[in-house]
Amino acid sequence: MTVAIIDYGSGNLRSAAKAFERAARESGSAEEIRVTSEASALKDASRIVLPGVGAFADCRAGLKHLPGMWEALDEAVTRQAKPFLGICVGMQLMARRGREHGVHEGFGWIDGEVIHLEPNDAQLKIPHMGWNDLAIAAPNHPVLKGIADGEHAYFVHSYYLAPSDSGAVLASVDYGGTIAAIVGRDNMVGTQFHPEKSQALGLRLIANFLAWRA
Amino acid sequence: MLKMRVIPCLDVHAGRVVKGVRFVDLKDAGDPVEQATLYDAQGADELCFLDITASHEARDILYDVVSRTAEACFMPLTVGGGVRAIEDVRKLLLAGADKVSINTEAVKRPSFVQEAAEKFGSQCIVVAIDAKRVGARFEIFTHGGRNATGIDAIDWARRMVTAGAGELLVTSMDRDGTKAGYDIPLTRGIADAVTVPVIASGGVGTLNHMVEGIRDGHATAVLAASIFHFGTYSIQQAKQGMRHAGIPVR
Repeated sequence: MTVAIIDYGSGNLRSAAKAFERAARESGSAEEIRVTSEASALKDASRIVLPGVGAFADCRAGLKHLPGMWEALDEAVTRQAKPFLGICVGMQLMARRGREHGVHEGFGWIDGEVIHLEPNDAQLKIPHMGWNDLAIAAPNHPVLKGIADGEHAYFVHSYYLAPSDSGAVLASVDYGGTIAAIVGRDNMVGTQFHPEKSQALGLRLIANFLAWRA
Repeated sequence: MLKMRVIPCLDVHAGRVVKGVRFVDLKDAGDPVEQATLYDAQGADELCFLDITASHEARDILYDVVSRTAEACFMPLTVGGGVRAIEDVRKLLLAGADKVSINTEAVKRPSFVQEAAEKFGSQCIVVAIDAKRVGARFEIFTHGGRNATGIDAIDWARRMVTAGAGELLVTSMDRDGTKAGYDIPLTRGIADAVTVPVIASGGVGTLNHMVEGIRDGHATAVLAASIFHFGTYSIQQAKQGMRHAGIPVR
């Protein structure tokens, strides 16, 4: 039982791996955490985590650069229905397309687009950086177990995923308008915030993910 | 609603926490990882390490401190001090820093900020601006406030954001270590001139200074070292003070 955290050159995976290890240890999960850039590693993985920082197109290019990774991910998530967690740009890549520095195709698992934040309050800074309180839309979702409305998560982003179907939004935040904080359907979830940087809430969400669909 | 951030800063020298008063008279106290864990438990919103080690040989000690902190604290960590090359940024990020703060090298070589932002993303590039009042305006200084550059601080802030800085850490060298409060005209001048978040720094002595940094300085985060480090106030007290003043905090 391994959790594959995909390393495609996007940012620092050390803290993500450490957070998963801590959450696994504290929740008594038997999952082994493995950081990998090999498409073949997804075959043996029981769960998949796709982190991501920076620009949508750069992350997409980074993933595409790993031989067979894009296809292997699509296969593992949509065909084999392995539990999937996308973080930040990893979550945005779940969308049909991203509109950051041009138009780029995403995985298309969530129907919607990644667009620039346009807060309705001109005083609000871009990026949306810091702790914001979640409005939980799907309180019964297993990955959200024990996470209450109003708890805070750590965000840093300038673009956001706007799903076509509001049913895909499991939680949202307010930043001069409503922004999707957690999206998901079937075996997949994605967080715009960084669970690995969100202290107790983040560790709880990760532990929930590790126990999800076990 | 986004909450305003309280960021304790640890000045680190050769792997130990120190805090200078006007950057001299360093007092030694504490292990940075222990301090960081304490701040994490107190509800700090982020952590900041400023490495003031002059020699490059002592760099490995810093990477070890960052790495041990990242294993213990699951919150955003910014590390600055002596960041001169892309390789320095990469090593800090790999050790577990979330953001890297660039100061002197940005002034020497502005293209470095752009290069770092393109390579690692703006979200992890903080530009630290150390400014002093010179006549009617503010100018930036390097090398811990010793070297004048003659560059206007507000122009510089705009330029750094254009280059790709995702956040600005604005320190008043006039106020640093004085406990007289942030330099509000400086903080506000920069915060109002740029689109990215600004962290107010330098001079906090009371909880009301933190309120002023946000309310009057238009910063979205306040940084402090001494008042937390020497136990004058806890993070909770700082947040309580801000909350009472109507500032949204976590």
